Formats: sequence, C-alpha cells, structure tokens
Amino acid sequence: MSNLKLVEFRNVSFRYGDEQPWVLKNCSFEIYEQEWVAIIGHNGSGKSTIAKLMNGLLFPQEGEIYVAGKKVQEETIWDIRKDVGMVFQNPDNQFVGTTVQDDVAFGMENRGFPREEMLARLDDVLQAVRMEDYRLTEPHRLSGGQKQRVAIASVLAVSPKVLILDEATAMLDPRGRKDIMKTVTNLKVNKDVTLLTITHDLQEIVQADRVIVMNEGQVWEESSPRALFSKQDALRAIGLDVPFIASLAKALKQYDIPITKEPLNYEELLEDLWILHSKT
Amino acid sequence: MDITFENVSYIYQQHSPFAHKAIDQLSFHVPSGTFLAIVGHTGSGKSTLIQHLNGLVQPTAGKVKIGDFQLTADKKPKDMKQLRSNVGVVFQYPEHQLFEETVAKDISFGPKNFGVGDSEIQHRVREALQAVGLTEDYLERSPFDLSGGQMRRVAIAGVLATKPSVLVLDEPTAGLDPRGQKEMMNMFYKRHQAEKLTTILVTHSMEDAVTYADHVLILNKGRKYMEGKPEEVFVQKEALQKVQLDTPEVVTFLDRWNDKFNTDFRFTRQSERELALAIAAVIKGGKRS
Repeated sequence: MSNLKLVEFRNVSFRYGDEQPWVLKNCSFEIYEQEWVAIIGHNGSGKSTIAKLMNGLLFPQEGEIYVAGKKVQEETIWDIRKDVGMVFQNPDNQFVGTTVQDDVAFGMENRGFPREEMLARLDDVLQAVRMEDYRLTEPHRLSGGQKQRVAIASVLAVSPKVLILDEATAMLDPRGRKDIMKTVTNLKVNKDVTLLTITHDLQEIVQADRVIVMNEGQVWEESSPRALFSKQDALRAIGLDVPFIASLAKALKQYDIPITKEPLNYEELLEDLWILHSKT
Repeated sequence: MDITFENVSYIYQQHSPFAHKAIDQLSFHVPSGTFLAIVGHTGSGKSTLIQHLNGLVQPTAGKVKIGDFQLTADKKPKDMKQLRSNVGVVFQYPEHQLFEETVAKDISFGPKNFGVGDSEIQHRVREALQAVGLTEDYLERSPFDLSGGQMRRVAIAGVLATKPSVLVLDEPTAGLDPRGQKEMMNMFYKRHQAEKLTTILVTHSMEDAVTYADHVLILNKGRKYMEGKPEEVFVQKEALQKVQLDTPEVVTFLDRWNDKFNTDFRFTRQSERELALAIAAVIKGGKRS
C-alpha cells in the first residue's frame, strides 16, 4: 500500500432520475494505490452504482469523483476507462472472443498494442489467472469460474490502474468462488494492482486491506475486516451476515471463553482456544 | 406426492455425435412431505433431473413416478397440465421469466392457465404476494420497475399461486444478499411445513441443505453418488471432496477441533450455541491427560 490517492469520491450523490430516490447519498471515501478495498452491502445499497460512477458509465448529480488525479466527466472518460478495469457479475455476458486468447487480445487490439507486446502480455496475464493451458479453448467449454478468470486476464492485459470486481463471484458455484478468490489473492501478491471488490459475501472480504460497508446509499462504516466481524448484530441489522467462524467466536464469548482477537479463519480460533485450554 | 426414479437415464441429442448422458441410471425414492436437497458440482445433472419432475423432458430410459403420474421414454401422462398444476418449479433466476404488465397479472398467469376461477385467483394472488414479503402496493406496478430482489419475489409468488403440492426450487437464493437468502429460505420452509409440501431444493449451499433438508441426494456425472440424512452424508469429507464438494463449515471446524483437542465431537446438526457450549466445557475443564 502507498499513500498515493488513486480514487477519490467527494460528497457524491446519485439517482437514476429526478423522481427517483437517491441511490447514493453524500458518499466520500478514498482508495490508495496498491490497496485492496472491499465494498460490501445489501442488495440495493448502492455498491454497484459506485463502480459504474468510477469509470463514467454513470455521472453523479452532486459531488466529484477523481481517478488518478483526473476528474471523471464526459471529456475524460476515455482516459479514465484506461485506468479503471471492470469485471461484472455474469460470466456469459463479457466474453467477446471465440477463444480464450482472442478474448484476452480484444482489449489490446482496440488499444493498438504492437503484436510483440500483445504476445508477451497474453502470456503474462494468462499465467496470472492460471489459464495458460486454455489458450485455444472456446468459451462454452469453460466453467463459470474459468470464464471469470479469463475476464480478469482480459482486463489486466491493458494494465488498468485499478481493477474492479463487481460481484464477480455471485453467479458461480462454491468452487468457482474459491477459485476467483485465490486468483485475486495471487494478483495482489504478484502484480501490485489496486483492487476494488464488490460483494455481499463477508467471506470474500477477509483478505482485503480495508472494507467500506454501504447501507442505503451511505458509507455506514470503514474498517479492517477483523474489526468489522466484531459488529455482528449491527451487520445483521443491515442485511449482512458474518462467517461461521466469527459467529461461533461470539457464541463462545457468551459462554465466558475470553477470545482475545476476532478470528478470521479456523486456525486463528483454534490457536486461541488452544492457548486458553493450556492455561486452565 | 411420492417421487420415484427407477433407473432413469437422460441423453441430450441422442443418436448424434453430440450425444451427452446427463442422467445415468438414477434411482431414488422420496416419500410425500420430504424436504429433499439435491447437491452436486456444476454439470452433475441437477437441472436435468428436475426437468423430469413436471414433464419438461421425458426420460430416455427408465421410469419417473410423481404421485400417480408416470413418465417413461414412450409414455407421458395424458393430462400433462394436471401434472404441472401439481408440480411448481422455480427455475434459476426466475425473474427472467416475468412478462406481464403488472405484478397482479403476472402472478395470476399460472392459476389462470390451470383454470382457477377469478375470485379464487384474486385471493391467491394476495396470499402469494404476502408470502413472499411484498405488500399490496405492488399489485398494479410493472414488474420491470422493481429491484432484482423484488422481481425474484414476484416470480416466486407466481409459482406459489398455482398451489402446487410438489415445490421444486433450483437455487432460489442465488444473487440475493444474506438477509434476502435467509428470508426466502425460511419462507419456503414455513410453506413446506404448513402445506405439507414435498419440496425439492437444488442448491450449492451445504449450509442450506443442513438447515432445511430431511434427506440429501448427491449427484455426480448424472449418477447418484450419495444419499441419506444430512448428518450422515455431510460428514464424509473424503468422499465429498472427490466430487469437488466441501463439507459444511461446522463439519470442517469439528474435524479440525477434534484433531487438535483429541476429542470426538460428532456432527448432529447442532446449533452454534450448542457447539459453543460443548467447546466451553472442554476449555474450562482444563488440560486432559
């Protein structure tokens, strides 16, 4: 993580029409370079609208949005879309090529990359999403998770400054979900990308650096995943849930087991219990 | 209604180079009133299986029995409509099937088709709308002006309004937020109990299968891979992993806990509180020799 502000929302409000309710109300937040930020919220909390505002698919009625120092507006969207890459929910809606490699090349061709450069990048990004063995495979032969991985590769190929995954796992089965989360975690380690993942599954925020919780169009909370898991009742009240392990930890505390830190996974909870067990 | 599959196979595009066996000699029986969860990896044949239940497809071989209705390769019930009024199917992303101008008309479509009288339809529309948690303000609105979650509810109300005795649900909560998922599943479960339905739930969620199902059927490559009560099936970690399924979280946790603390806690579909109490007893009991 660095201190360079890559994305900034300043008092942003948005609605789809004059008569419509506000989808976002006075939202302000920042995303820093090389950070992984997760946005979480119930259906209709405004989280996907944030993604669409970030690359100029929508424009706010109030407030300003800056990406890499540029204000998002009609005149800048083509530059901004180079900086903001997006992967959407439905794996079947974003495949344009007839093979995996054609699909990944599509964005690069549009940008007029030289052939040598394209070949090098193709190798690089397919490797990054672990799809290098599927270069010539047709999309309908891929699973949902594999299609989403190709979509991620296609976006990475044009080197955006920030990669947004807008509920990119919502339509996948549990394996596909895990697969994408593993891919994303690897990217974070190996590629220095700035990541924004949008989800309503709290399991998927565990590895993020920071979480922004949206509720009814407003930023409800900004915190680390661990700190968030201690607010179970409040999270449930806004339509979210916590992973099993966090909920078990809470039940244990109610039986006077002094869990010291909010566990993020099985190992942490078991380790904590083991220490307590050895003391008594 | 009792549901029985006897050696059922289904082949897509039979007698062509693209022939694909989606269901392979599948046999199972569930008595009327069962809540059955069908679990399996993508492509395991779940969706093909449920299309047999209201006669959308006929088996290539074998026999399907739903109550007194029978389907074989060359025979289907004379009164298919009767079968379909008994078996309500909520497909994946059912909101894509909405088509009418108003919510009221969309929900009425099913019962109208099955010849239900107007006043009864009126009554059912309201009752179904209430069941899915929407108010009557929605009746005259266009279903296309609603949010995704609301559209899903309207589509489901349309199936409930046909008053089926068998309710088939193909991943009904996909894409909903956690609260929406819970509300939806609780609604189905209440209805299952109140109306003594036979419910077939296709799901990827082991958690939902554990919470709601009496019986679990695990499919792999179109075949029956495992079958039984959730507490019997979901503890077989290696067998599940072989077909790319995970155990429910609580089972995974119990496994690791037992390893570390040398205990023998069994999975009995216990609640988190019950589990926490048992763990607390061990921790407070101090070190075991």
